[in-house]
Amino acid sequence: MTPERKGDMKKTLKLSAVLGAIALIATTLMTTSATAATAYCDDFKQFGKFNNVTVKVFAGIRDPEASVMTKVFAHFTACTGIKIAYEGTDQFETLLPVRVKGGNAPDIAIIPQPGLVTTMVNTGKAVPVTGQTLANINKYYNPAWKTFTTVKGKVYGAPFGASSKSLVWYSPAQFTKIGAKIPTTWAEMDAIGAKFKSAGVTPWCAGIESGAATGWPSTDWIEEMALRELGPDKYNMWWKGELKFSSPEILGVMNKVAAWLGTESQVGNLQSVATRKFQDAGVPGLKDGKCGMLQQASFYSSMFPAGTTFGPNADANAFYLPPTNTKFGKPIEGAGEFPVAFSKKKEVAAVQAYFSSPAYGTERAKLGGWTSANSGIPLSAYSDPVLKVVAESLQSKKGAIVFDASDLMPTAVNGAFWKEMTKFYAEGKSMKDVAAAIDTNW
Amino acid sequence: MITWSSLFASSWPKIAQILTVVIIFFGFYGVAFAAGARIKGKKQNNIALGLFLVPALILVMTGLGIPAIQTLMESFKSADSSKWVGLANYSNAIKDPDIRLAFANTIAWVVICPAIVTTLGISLATMLNKMKREAVAKSLIFMPMAISFVGGSLIWNLMYSFQEQTDPQTGLIGQFFVWLHIDVKHLLLWSPWNNLFLMVIYIWGFTGFAMVILSAAIKGIPSEIEEAAQLDGATGIKLFRTITVPMVRTTIIVVLTTAMVGTLKLFDVIHTTTGGNFKTDVLSNRMFDENFVYLNYGRGSALAVLIFLGVIPITYYNIRSLRLERKH
Amino acid sequence: MATKAPGANRPFTSPIASLVVTVIAVLWTVPTFGLVVTSFRKKEDIVSSGWWNAFKNPAFTFDNFRAVLFESGGTVGEQGMIPFAVNSLAITIPAVLLSVGFGLMAAYALAWIPFRFSDQVFYGLFALQGVPLQLSLLPLLTFFATGVQLFGQTIFPQLHIVGTLAAVWLPHTMFGLPLVIYLLHNFVSALPRELLEAARIDGANHFDVFRRIILPLSLPAVASIAIFQFLWIWNDLLVALVFAGGTDDVAPLTLHLANLGGSLGSHWENVAPAALVSIIIPLIVFFSLQRYFVRGLLAGSVKS
Repeated sequence: MTPERKGDMKKTLKLSAVLGAIALIATTLMTTSATAATAYCDDFKQFGKFNNVTVKVFAGIRDPEASVMTKVFAHFTACTGIKIAYEGTDQFETLLPVRVKGGNAPDIAIIPQPGLVTTMVNTGKAVPVTGQTLANINKYYNPAWKTFTTVKGKVYGAPFGASSKSLVWYSPAQFTKIGAKIPTTWAEMDAIGAKFKSAGVTPWCAGIESGAATGWPSTDWIEEMALRELGPDKYNMWWKGELKFSSPEILGVMNKVAAWLGTESQVGNLQSVATRKFQDAGVPGLKDGKCGMLQQASFYSSMFPAGTTFGPNADANAFYLPPTNTKFGKPIEGAGEFPVAFSKKKEVAAVQAYFSSPAYGTERAKLGGWTSANSGIPLSAYSDPVLKVVAESLQSKKGAIVFDASDLMPTAVNGAFWKEMTKFYAEGKSMKDVAAAIDTNW
Repeated sequence: MITWSSLFASSWPKIAQILTVVIIFFGFYGVAFAAGARIKGKKQNNIALGLFLVPALILVMTGLGIPAIQTLMESFKSADSSKWVGLANYSNAIKDPDIRLAFANTIAWVVICPAIVTTLGISLATMLNKMKREAVAKSLIFMPMAISFVGGSLIWNLMYSFQEQTDPQTGLIGQFFVWLHIDVKHLLLWSPWNNLFLMVIYIWGFTGFAMVILSAAIKGIPSEIEEAAQLDGATGIKLFRTITVPMVRTTIIVVLTTAMVGTLKLFDVIHTTTGGNFKTDVLSNRMFDENFVYLNYGRGSALAVLIFLGVIPITYYNIRSLRLERKH
Repeated sequence: MATKAPGANRPFTSPIASLVVTVIAVLWTVPTFGLVVTSFRKKEDIVSSGWWNAFKNPAFTFDNFRAVLFESGGTVGEQGMIPFAVNSLAITIPAVLLSVGFGLMAAYALAWIPFRFSDQVFYGLFALQGVPLQLSLLPLLTFFATGVQLFGQTIFPQLHIVGTLAAVWLPHTMFGLPLVIYLLHNFVSALPRELLEAARIDGANHFDVFRRIILPLSLPAVASIAIFQFLWIWNDLLVALVFAGGTDDVAPLTLHLANLGGSLGSHWENVAPAALVSIIIPLIVFFSLQRYFVRGLLAGSVKS
């Protein structure tokens, strides 16, 4: 070997070393970025990869909830290439049937009433869920949820958000003031009511005004009572129309509600209940000590002013509306929204699967003010103690969970239920006449 | 937070669309008029009808005529339009006590509101004519027309909302009751007077329309006529009665009619305040609920047909007072 | 026209008339004034006390206005009201132009072009005012989205306009036309017959008459009816949502307004300032067209 060659070799070695180093650095760089990318998109591989497609989602969910939701969608879009064009309006229930029948259906509609899901399925335009979504439903949800959107043996939607209706909101400060503890039986709860009464506080906060849907909160009260007094089986017979409102069972339940939340001594002026907005029923009444307790769903947490803290020792808290007897355990009345697809496109199925997966729910839950019945979402994702308890009860696959009965009834019966209950409060119509009037709509 | 550049980027296609429509419309009719001006003789009638009337007729038939016929057919079908049920929707509707009440309320609306609105409109238009600060007063009375129903429902909530006697009132009228030491009333629950309180909302919103239209007509009265009457010694109420009213009679009928058809179809005021509860329901609100809330298309269509039938006597009245008058 | 004598055209100049007008104007303004005051108050104050209390211990804030104008979003995003106002203008301007344009021509045709079924067409148009527009939504949307098929043959092709602004112009034009034609017919038919006949004798045909006589003379009527069409379309929510939808690129201001109330409708502190801001453009239109009302043209018919 000539010295020149040696030098060449040295050069080559040097060069290869440099090249090697560069390659090494490059590989390291590449692997690190690759790891990061995989981690960011790991949970989204299951939904596939698309090239700049858009899925139109339509719902009644509006700001501030809608902005939070679309923030979460951004992650999905970055990993799958599917854009979600969201459209929310308070006219959702009016518009959806018109648009679907008129041939301008959205790709996915997030429907809060199983009754409306059935109506949409009957138009022939709705598409059953695909295998991936069905697998999610079977894996993550209490089997009851599937039944709510099963029409003629096919499942059409997995729950998106869910809430528990079986809650009583109260102010811990007010409870301390009268020396009350969270009740576990109906009798204990009644005793708290009596304590409030003797302290000069109206025991219950109540308001049922809600625009065209005025009356719905009072239908919840009857449902809660029916569930506790009659049990889930008879409850299900009721919304199916097999048990009429005028039947001794249901009428008995309605009269119990009349004694509980339908007397002046329990809720104050009954006519005011009919005109008070349900949003204002407990705010600021609970805090100011105007009224003691409010039976309202878990989503009521968003009615409290910004900055309100929740928990047993905080500004506001909620407890499970106790059972009236020991026969049926601790049943829960839930409500939820169901994304229903109107298109067979692959990207639409992917979005529907995404909505039913923990990939969406976990990120959404972390941003607060929202609960789901998806057991794949770790409870640690819920920071708010009230919502954590609610989520835990909704996730449970054992306990009896029923859906809001009025939302399951035919729309005409549901509408009459609202209107007639409003007459009970506004016009003093008897429960017997209310029941008879609703029954004419089956 | 919005930036000017993003606003511009999202707006210019829309502005371009507006301009396109304007250019196409004026371009087409500009050419048509230029060409049409050369046509003489008998056939110009037909060409003019084709260009003037036919486009409007096609639009109205597509948008309202055909749907009206479909609605009529729907009204003889079941709730989900799956089978024919004859007159069942009508007979059930007539039997329903709530719908009967809505019917009675609708009649009250159609009788009371147009009369008040038109009277107020003509009085205001006459009094304001040439008055100082006419524009300011007109704008104030007109303003409610510009407010959307979402805003309007908030505005009237601020007037009518009720709190217990002992609590601070959030509704101005409730506060007046307190100041006057009268028991605070639930205005929207106080049947049957609550119907009147709802009518106030409509009158508040619609008087501006009557005033503006009638004012335009009054301005059109040639001054010679008024001057002649004034020389004869007519002033004030006499002038109003003998000159103004007869001169704008057709316009009064037009305003009255428009308000009648409007109240017959009235829906927003009820929908955003009581939702038809507390014995304040009217036919068109019920029709909306049946169609879009209870999804009972058969009955909803039957109610729509009833509303439509209510227009027929108004049409007849118009035919008599307007078209025949013009012929003579 | 003769020069006006002092006091002409002034049937009521008495102080009583001034008083009555003032009282009515104040009564009409009080509710709106409540809205104005409310829009400057804090949320807690709005729900706990009446707006007139705001003057006792003033605690006004501009935060509500700043939020709705520039920050809080409609359905999605944080872009404030302005883009939605642009959408509303893009819906309203063409729809007003089309309905008033077609309406004026149809009104002239019905009033001054003799043809066989003139009266019947007029009555038919009038009666169609009674059709509640809510019931036209579904048939019309079906028509736009799928066209017309009869026995498997496409008679009218589907229009690929659903979801665009153009899909809103047409329904608004259709729904507005009967009333526009009816109102304009009242003005156009009241024009003096001699005027039109004189023009016809000079050799003018319908196109000349329309352009030279009808158009300038009916300006006050056109201006006032255009204002009302503008307001009705500007304040519409339902038609826009059915035909265009509520995505941010087409949603009208009314949708934004309704959504500001929050999913569960309790954010009055947003609705109040937004409702105020949303009446600014209609008021500008009113003021700019108002000068046409006072021209004193031959709008009412001259009868002896």
